[in-house]
Amino acid sequence: MARTKDKAPRPGGSGAQGTRSGATASAGRPAVRSGSAAALRGAKGALAGLAVVLLVLAGILIYGVSTQRIGWAPKLALDLEGGTQMVLSPELHDQDGGDITQEQLDQAVEIIRQRVDGSGVSEAEITTQSGNNIVVAMPGVPSSETRDLIQASAQMAFRPVLLTGDGAPVPKAERTKAQDIPQPSAEPQNSSDPNWITRQLYGSYEALDCSAPQPQQQREAQPRDKAVVACDPQGNTKFILGPVAIPGTDITNAAYGMATNQQGHSTGQYAVDLQFNQEGTATFKELSERLYQIGQTSQGDPRSQFAILLDGSVVSAPSMNAVITDGRAQITGDFTEQDAKFLSEQLKYGALPVSFSIQSEQQISATLGASQLRMGILAGLIGLALVCVYSLLQYRWLGLVTISSLLVAGLLTYFAITLLGWGANYRLSLAGVAGLIVAIGQTADSFIVYFERIRDEIRAGRTIPAAVDHGWKRARQTVLASKAVNLLAAAVLYFVAVGNVRGFAFTLGLTAIADLLVVFWFTHPVMVLLTRTRYFGEGARHSGLDPRALDAVPRYRGAGRLRQPGEGDGLTIAERRRRARLAETRGEPAPEPSSGTPVADEHAMAGRPTAGPADPQEDAR
Amino acid sequence: MSNRLARFGNDLHSGKKSYPFVARRRIWLLAALALVVASLLVPVAKGGFNLGIDFTGGSEFTVSGVQDPDVHVGEQAVADSSDATGVTVTNIAPGTVRVQSEQLDDDQTLAVKGALQKAYHASDDQVTSNFVGPTWGQGVTRQALWGLVVFVVLATVLMALYFRTWKMSVSSIAAMLTTIVITAGVYSLVGFEVTPSAVIGFLTVLSYSLYDSVVVFDKVRENTAGLLDGSAPPERAARTFSEQVNLAVNQTLVRSINTSVVGILPVGSILFIGAYLLGAGTLKDLSLSLFVGIIVGTLATLFVAAPVYSALRDVEPSVRTQEHEVRERRGTAQAPVLADPVHAGPAE
Repeated sequence: MARTKDKAPRPGGSGAQGTRSGATASAGRPAVRSGSAAALRGAKGALAGLAVVLLVLAGILIYGVSTQRIGWAPKLALDLEGGTQMVLSPELHDQDGGDITQEQLDQAVEIIRQRVDGSGVSEAEITTQSGNNIVVAMPGVPSSETRDLIQASAQMAFRPVLLTGDGAPVPKAERTKAQDIPQPSAEPQNSSDPNWITRQLYGSYEALDCSAPQPQQQREAQPRDKAVVACDPQGNTKFILGPVAIPGTDITNAAYGMATNQQGHSTGQYAVDLQFNQEGTATFKELSERLYQIGQTSQGDPRSQFAILLDGSVVSAPSMNAVITDGRAQITGDFTEQDAKFLSEQLKYGALPVSFSIQSEQQISATLGASQLRMGILAGLIGLALVCVYSLLQYRWLGLVTISSLLVAGLLTYFAITLLGWGANYRLSLAGVAGLIVAIGQTADSFIVYFERIRDEIRAGRTIPAAVDHGWKRARQTVLASKAVNLLAAAVLYFVAVGNVRGFAFTLGLTAIADLLVVFWFTHPVMVLLTRTRYFGEGARHSGLDPRALDAVPRYRGAGRLRQPGEGDGLTIAERRRRARLAETRGEPAPEPSSGTPVADEHAMAGRPTAGPADPQEDAR
Repeated sequence: MSNRLARFGNDLHSGKKSYPFVARRRIWLLAALALVVASLLVPVAKGGFNLGIDFTGGSEFTVSGVQDPDVHVGEQAVADSSDATGVTVTNIAPGTVRVQSEQLDDDQTLAVKGALQKAYHASDDQVTSNFVGPTWGQGVTRQALWGLVVFVVLATVLMALYFRTWKMSVSSIAAMLTTIVITAGVYSLVGFEVTPSAVIGFLTVLSYSLYDSVVVFDKVRENTAGLLDGSAPPERAARTFSEQVNLAVNQTLVRSINTSVVGILPVGSILFIGAYLLGAGTLKDLSLSLFVGIIVGTLATLFVAAPVYSALRDVEPSVRTQEHEVRERRGTAQAPVLADPVHAGPAE
């Protein structure tokens, strides 16, 4: 370029690096140079800032890994790790056509979580989705018991006990003959009346085998207003129970703790405290009076007990030891702390009359998940390689800036995902991996915007450092606009997407932010620094900024000469002037400059000294 | 190669080389219209789209690592273990078989899974099952359609705010709608499977196409600034409105090509891996819709957005006057495109 060639004879040949040494011998430099020292400082500051951010993130990550809280790799979602994912939607029994409330949903999540945890499945993740569904994700394949457990309804009821016996079925030979079973003599007076026991019921009671698994339908089919047969969860005892005295929903609270006797001293045993609401209190008072009476009059009568049923199984059948008028009951027994806790939680949450149906289920094997991950990574590497090769082809050595920027962006994204996995339990899914790969293209695109703008400025005739500064100002707007569009799109997609595909939108948004950071704090500073070097600043042949390759005639060519418009035909000003002079001497009208700014040109030519001897050097550009 | 491309870019930039995007706009718009109409008719003719089970509900099983992927073995296994209808068994990738059927309930799904495992001598962790209930599928469909509507509306609003002239917004929306319809038509014609991943990729393409329009119309605005009120510098005023629009499109052509290529490269890589090595799945659906969409979207911006804008502006009397004046000044009916001394001035 003409400019630098002008300085070539200067000692040291520092050329474009003249600005580095500050203002020395820079007097008379055109205005575009004076801001470049500030630009340089800004560039270095930005790079330093980025380095600090990266170091801090790396530090956090290293801390986390060294204290064994997380691994180097990001947490993986189900489709990469293998496992089962079920989406459950709740079905309400009590309220027909009512919508499930948030509290109910949360409680349901708790129930399922406890049940799944209790059944030995570790690391199950249970979350809600769309305010209505429950998503259960667990590693491996759940056993059928676990699946039942998850779908199970949680009906709770209090029924008075009428009869109890051993859980095993009575051998056929010993069963009471039908005609020998006493028929109910009258209508049952209250829920403890033995008249509830019909012949059929008694027969099924004797035949019941408690150790056999009870199908869900049978459990749900227990009528509330009739006597039923039930077992305890362990299968050891069976019961005939009267109709429902108090529904589980009348419980307001349940807790466990050390039992206290009448005097308030701790008895060294665990107990479960139960609290009813107003309605429940009234009914319970009545029930307790009756059962206590029975207990006092005939010792050991099972009818002094009342059964707490959850899901049709009798989880507890305490006997009534006192008349309870305030609705606060304390259940004592052979409880370990664990038993007491479990029962109290069952009581607390078991009051929820909700069951679930499986809406969708995916089972992905671990090997399949691993192979999908491998393929995803492979695709990413290939894509990255292709983009890098393309950048090098298009922008020559400038492509190195693209590659390094992509790597920095990748590093930022990696930190973000891994640390989010730690902090917010974010899991990377296959769709997320796809989003990361697609983002490679979008990130590279913002670099293209920048480089093309720089090239535009060079074509218009600016020197390269000036082109970088001016090109940045305009490219900045475009990059911000495009990233804003990307982020907005990612946000909309995130809320609109379903399930796993949401991960795609998330990583797109994440990489848009990383891209912004990289363009502002890495790519531009690097460009500023690079163009201060001789290779890039002078537009060497393969630097990607070669003005000759861009057909660029510099607008301002140093020493007061401006480019004549229409000079794209390759003539230098000197040549044109020569031709004009020749034409004049021949008496022809001087060829008009095709269009442009003749005024400015004349002004420049008049106001500034022309450096005549420099002309021949220009032609040798 | 880069040098040639750089020269190509230079020529486009200065106006030496110019493709008649706007000049031949009638042809392009007619062609676009024809494609749109065809794309609307194809789904009708073919009876809709090939929807994945996430939309229709159903059961799907994928058996990988199969030594002998014979589809009949799978069909037999399914027939034996359940009374499912609508069963299709396909060999989607080397060593991978996929079985799709209408909705089985949860227990039947497990039964079929076991049967397939035995039939293909696969181990438990080589079989993946996917079951989608009917209401879930409906919910997903609803959500996808909602997403599309929300996106288009949001994009319209954004465009209106950004461009502040309704004609630019309308043109870019027209390009976006063309992209949507033609991509849907391609999907229907070829029978690609439409899954939530495909829909997501599709919506992403819309944001691409939006961004493309922003780039082109920014340049158009730059090029046509001051043309109508006479404040344009002389070399710009020497050209007609539509020529300036055309020049803007040409100047951003290299940039568009670069962006599309760079966008397509990683997508193509995912597509190759996803389609060939993995068979069907998230990767393939996402990348396919992105691939088709990016190509159609880029073409739509070039051949629909700018020509429509030019056509819309052409009905304005001030534009007509400007074009008339310029042509008179030139003294010819034809409008040659001259070299353009581009100004590297401050952003206007």
